[in-house]
Amino acid sequence: MSQANSGAVLAAEAENREFLVFSLGDEEYAIDILKVQEIRGYENVTRIANAPDFIKGVTNLRGVIVPIVDLRIKFHLENVEYGGQTVVIVVNVADRVVGIVVDGVSDVMTLIPDQIKPAPEFGVTLSSDFLSGLGSLDDRMLVLVDIDKLLTSEEMALVDSTSSH
Amino acid sequence: MDIADFFDTFFEEAEELLSDMEQHLLELDVDDPDSEQLNAIFRAAHSIKGGAGTFGFVVLQKTTHILENLLDYARKGELTLRADLVDTFLEAKDIMHEQLDAYRSEEEPNQEAFERICQTLQQIALDEIGQQLDGPSIPAAEPKSAPAASENSAEASSSEEQGADGLLLVALLNVVDKDRILLVEELEQLGEVQSQSGDAKRYEVILKSSDSADDIEAVMCFIIEPDQIEITAVEGVAAESSNAAPATAEPEASAPVAPAPQAPAEKTASKASPAKAATKEKPKKAAAESSSIRVSVDKVDQIINLVGELIITQSMLDQTVSDLEDQSVGNSSLQNGMSLLQRNARDLQEAVMSIRMIPMEFVFSRFPRVVRDTAGKLGKEIELVTEGKSTELDKSLVERITDPLTHLVRNSLDHGVEMPDVREAIGKPRVGKLTLSARHQGGNILIEVRDDGAGMDRDRLLAKARENGINVSDSMSDEEVFQLIFAPGFSTAKEVTDVSGRGVGMDVVKRNIQSMGGRVEIQSKLGEGTNTRIVLPLTLAILDGMSIKVGGETFILPLSTVLESLQPSKDDMYAMAGDDVVIKVRDEYLPVIAIHEVLDVANAITDPTKSIAVIVQGEGRRYAMLVDELIGQQQVVVKNLEDNYRKVPGISAATILGDGSVALILDITGLHRLSRYKKEAGKKVVNNQNLSFFKEAEPL
Repeated sequence: MSQANSGAVLAAEAENREFLVFSLGDEEYAIDILKVQEIRGYENVTRIANAPDFIKGVTNLRGVIVPIVDLRIKFHLENVEYGGQTVVIVVNVADRVVGIVVDGVSDVMTLIPDQIKPAPEFGVTLSSDFLSGLGSLDDRMLVLVDIDKLLTSEEMALVDSTSSH
Repeated sequence: MDIADFFDTFFEEAEELLSDMEQHLLELDVDDPDSEQLNAIFRAAHSIKGGAGTFGFVVLQKTTHILENLLDYARKGELTLRADLVDTFLEAKDIMHEQLDAYRSEEEPNQEAFERICQTLQQIALDEIGQQLDGPSIPAAEPKSAPAASENSAEASSSEEQGADGLLLVALLNVVDKDRILLVEELEQLGEVQSQSGDAKRYEVILKSSDSADDIEAVMCFIIEPDQIEITAVEGVAAESSNAAPATAEPEASAPVAPAPQAPAEKTASKASPAKAATKEKPKKAAAESSSIRVSVDKVDQIINLVGELIITQSMLDQTVSDLEDQSVGNSSLQNGMSLLQRNARDLQEAVMSIRMIPMEFVFSRFPRVVRDTAGKLGKEIELVTEGKSTELDKSLVERITDPLTHLVRNSLDHGVEMPDVREAIGKPRVGKLTLSARHQGGNILIEVRDDGAGMDRDRLLAKARENGINVSDSMSDEEVFQLIFAPGFSTAKEVTDVSGRGVGMDVVKRNIQSMGGRVEIQSKLGEGTNTRIVLPLTLAILDGMSIKVGGETFILPLSTVLESLQPSKDDMYAMAGDDVVIKVRDEYLPVIAIHEVLDVANAITDPTKSIAVIVQGEGRRYAMLVDELIGQQQVVVKNLEDNYRKVPGISAATILGDGSVALILDITGLHRLSRYKKEAGKKVVNNQNLSFFKEAEPL
């Protein structure tokens, strides 16, 4: 499904796309730059009781209450630490504002369609449904995450399944 | 209330109606007009005319009247629309707008424009449908109220003959008896009723009145539909009354239409001076316009949010400055600046919050009518007194309080105030008194509905409750007994009337008020009357909270739910089957909810005797919540969690504390449910995914 889907999408918009590259452990991931609202440090998160462990809680973003999701916990990475380098990428998906915790943000990359390969069927922790492809850049491989699909998915428990989002 | 108080409302409404009208006119497809749109345009014109008539804005009323007639033809399909006609209508709308502005700055409107547009519109009527519209000089019976459109011109012109103290034949069609009595009373207020006769199908009243037919119709339309009224002028004496209708309609069908076109000329003659006044219209107008603007509530809320942010930033800075001072690196001008900033920020916040506030008058102004109608139906005599009309309340609350209040007023009139004869017999004045009052009390607003009626009968309430299978005891306090009337399906009315008594409603009233964060109290004395008190927060955006600490975490309890707090002693705590614990507080056993267990807080005090029990009340039940520490009362700004996240069991909303961090506002009943659920689930860690139980149980 993802193969046909991403292929069609990419053929439709045969132009370069910009991605924000971030790291989770030793792996490099990237999301569509247009989804990113801002990047800030990890601080002052109020825990929400009885929520899944990867939902760290909520924080105050200039008067807006924003949930914070730790993708490292969600992706079962080891060594989850919160330090000065820990970064929250605030993204806008489905009319919502959500912060995602990552180990660091490296740079913004422009990928031409040829550099985006369809994602192979793999992954138990990260279903390929949530990927829009793999980006190859010299010897680096970027996992292109479809952040919309990921954050609104049932398993993220960020959105009431009854709500219309 | 002085009618002038309503002027501003009328201006604003008329302005809105005019822009609606314009929008519909612009969207109108002339080749295939949408009847809904034509109706909307017509209704707008009709409403403006009615308002203008009520306030005596004659020129505006007449202009609108002519336009309305044309629109009426258009919506009936008798007038074929063309683009140039729509243009004329738009021009008429512009002129009406100018007239409205003139009235707003207390000037007479431009006479020339008025005459020009009237003539243009008249010309259209002549050219397009070959009909002479009734002239602008005297507003006449509306064509739409006439049974047959072909009689329009005849009827319209006939009513022009009506002099300063003309005789009018008011025919009421298909009006039921009780409304008819009301209407005749209403007519008696407007003039002298000379004779009345007829049956339910057609009841005729000959009225001697200086009011125009339109004004009379406008008054009656409160009670019945416009097409149930026919108003015609009567030339002869009242003796004709029984067959006046055919008599007046027939001879006057051929009455001359000449007076109409002459009318504008007369007008100019008599009002030459106001026309000149138009030159000095401008500056005053500008002043009047700047006195109020309409802004969407969203924009105001955005400003309120931003100001909230500013306050938080300011208090963070304040903290930093006082830290600096502690380290003796303070700077006095920095400190002065900070305290100035603090004052300005608070003032700004207050000013911004006040934008959302509107006076209770907007709610109270509808009650004279409600009371009149209800009293009329019940055959009671009531005097309505309102107090504290200028008390201000948040706009969203004002909108939501009207229905519950109407219900309480009806209830008071129906069950509270006795029939006039009964009142006289027990030595009370015949006329019952109902008082509506509003005033500020602390951070709340207190709205009272007071009557001097029979009061509530404690024994009867208890008996009725037992009949309904509600668990009651004779030792209940009066306040608790009176609260029974809010139980679903509870009604002590001996018989069901169409005003109230079916037992639906009072529970809805209570729920509505609770959903606004308020509560209802009842004070009553048998034989002396009842006082229903509604206590509401001033605004929904701000909540009076009690901040508490559990482990390292801060939570907010709505202050309205907190009854008291105490230090539990070992002897008062009892374990019940399994894990349940109850605490004995003054002969009452309350379920204990340990916040740290329910919300999985680490490092909290686990020994109940070392913690503090806060007695809270939610949905009529009491609980004891175990917390580590009470921090204090504070007003907090309520922020929705669901905007970006989802509903969380046990949490109603969130707020931002002075240090910029988020604190969660606890939901008492939600916490109790959560605690029960967790115990049932064997203290397993509950994931949000399998909390579907709550989604169903949550009464959203």
